[in-house]
Amino acid sequence: MEVLFIVVLAIFLGFELINKVPSTLHTPLMSGSNAISGITLIGALELLERSSKDNIFVIILAVLAVIFASINVFGGYIVTDKMLKMFKSKKGDK
Amino acid sequence: MEKIINFAYIISSIMFIFGIKFMSKPDTARKGNLISSTGMLTAVIFTLLNKGLAYEYIIIGLLIGAAIGVYFARTVKMTGMPEMVALLNGFGGLSSLLVAFVVYINENSRGEILEIFQSTSIDFITLLTVISAIFIGGVTFTGSMVAWGKLSTKLSGKPMVFPFQKEFNLLVIVVVVISPLMYYIDDPGIKMLLIIALILISLIFGITSVIPIGGADMPVVISLLNSYSGLAASTAGIAIKNNLLIVTGVLVGASGIILTNIMCKAMNRSLANVLFSGMKKSKKVTGETEKKEHTALTTEDAFYVLEAAKSVMIVPGYGMAVAQAQHTVKELTDLLEKNDCEVYFGIHPVAGRMPGHMNVLLAEASIPYEQLKELEDSNNLLASTDVAIVIGANDVVNTSARDDENSEIYGMPILEVDKAKTVFVLKRSMNTGYAGIDNPLFYLENSRMIFGDAKETIQSFVSAFKEI
Repeated sequence: MEVLFIVVLAIFLGFELINKVPSTLHTPLMSGSNAISGITLIGALELLERSSKDNIFVIILAVLAVIFASINVFGGYIVTDKMLKMFKSKKGDK
Repeated sequence: MEKIINFAYIISSIMFIFGIKFMSKPDTARKGNLISSTGMLTAVIFTLLNKGLAYEYIIIGLLIGAAIGVYFARTVKMTGMPEMVALLNGFGGLSSLLVAFVVYINENSRGEILEIFQSTSIDFITLLTVISAIFIGGVTFTGSMVAWGKLSTKLSGKPMVFPFQKEFNLLVIVVVVISPLMYYIDDPGIKMLLIIALILISLIFGITSVIPIGGADMPVVISLLNSYSGLAASTAGIAIKNNLLIVTGVLVGASGIILTNIMCKAMNRSLANVLFSGMKKSKKVTGETEKKEHTALTTEDAFYVLEAAKSVMIVPGYGMAVAQAQHTVKELTDLLEKNDCEVYFGIHPVAGRMPGHMNVLLAEASIPYEQLKELEDSNNLLASTDVAIVIGANDVVNTSARDDENSEIYGMPILEVDKAKTVFVLKRSMNTGYAGIDNPLFYLENSRMIFGDAKETIQSFVSAFKEI
């Protein structure tokens, strides 16, 4: 029940936040939120605490989860920054 | 300690929220991304404070992942951005799938590898969330991989249809919906096999559900998959009982849905229509035999028109991305402006292969974003525009979407370039565009076709301007 409460609030927050984004920013917004979805990294890290450390199969899976999530996080944030760096305003034109 | 970590998680959720908020304005967007990445860093650091983590493995995983991620980000070109976003998105989904799978294994067993087929202790709710996370994560992964293949043209951009596609996909959904019933199976070995089967089914379903969708519909697909990766993280969060994952995942999921909705509206199609129809067989309109003639124009003649123009609207499409013409376009823009001509860009929301694709390319060529006009503004401006230059766009300027009720894209909002005094259409040939729909625009009295490579054509305008 507590989870449902959190989920519903977060859904509304998400809708409110994104509703008015100029189309110029659609791509960076998408790749930025994509980087945020790499939050599953935290889950993967926690697994390496709870996991039975003698089960090599579990460890391999958890490490793979860490690897893929961190590709998503690092790649996502840097790519987004790379794009946003290019967006120039007329005022700030150098 | 746990309290401190939880407090840190609250801080990082707030940072994600502000990050996303800041990213909705061009001036603050970069700062927003920085805030959100700091939120991620905070979350990671405080998670590492947990006691009893297997640091040796964590460091290996983080280093490998960071190295690959940084490498991808450093080497990707702006034109390769759509497929890069798809690729990264897929990895996020895969990670969520793995997290959920490990949660299942851990709840199920301790110790030896084969023990994962023994003993069982998982409760129904956890099983339910594990199944959801596996399914959504799996679909996100392979779906994104197919999207990546299509966007990087490693796979054909054409919709690929196979027999019984709809029936197959429907069957998969039914199987997944009833799969939580495995809770009532007592044998843990069979349960584990079912979970593994579920993983495989999810992976296959990701492929079979994206492969029939054509390249032009990719903006919808990418934003939808983006939403899925958030939902996957969120369901994995429920399975692992981590509120940060739940909240953050849902935020991404919701924002992805909004973006998907914007894209669908821009094509006047429902999400279901994009996902399930492929591209409908075009109803060949009879009576099409009426003579249609287009007027071709040489680049020299076109140049004289441009030289006299006081206002120009450039309408780019996927063709500009393919020809990599954005820098040449910028050169032309500068020269036109020097020649006392106003230049605007009319950007259709679904031009290109991902949401905002054209904006990124033009930003790369350092065209200020104020010059890029959204659909409505563009259409208002077009009425008083001397020349509209269509560069590698087709469907988004197809007048049959507005005028011909029989057209399969009827009702899709378009950039009404035909309102301009003169329209230049830069195109390779008279072949129909991606969607295979004839474009009446090409035969209008004020339309001029300029055949050839878009980049070369624009380059010849640039040279001509420089000569005067």
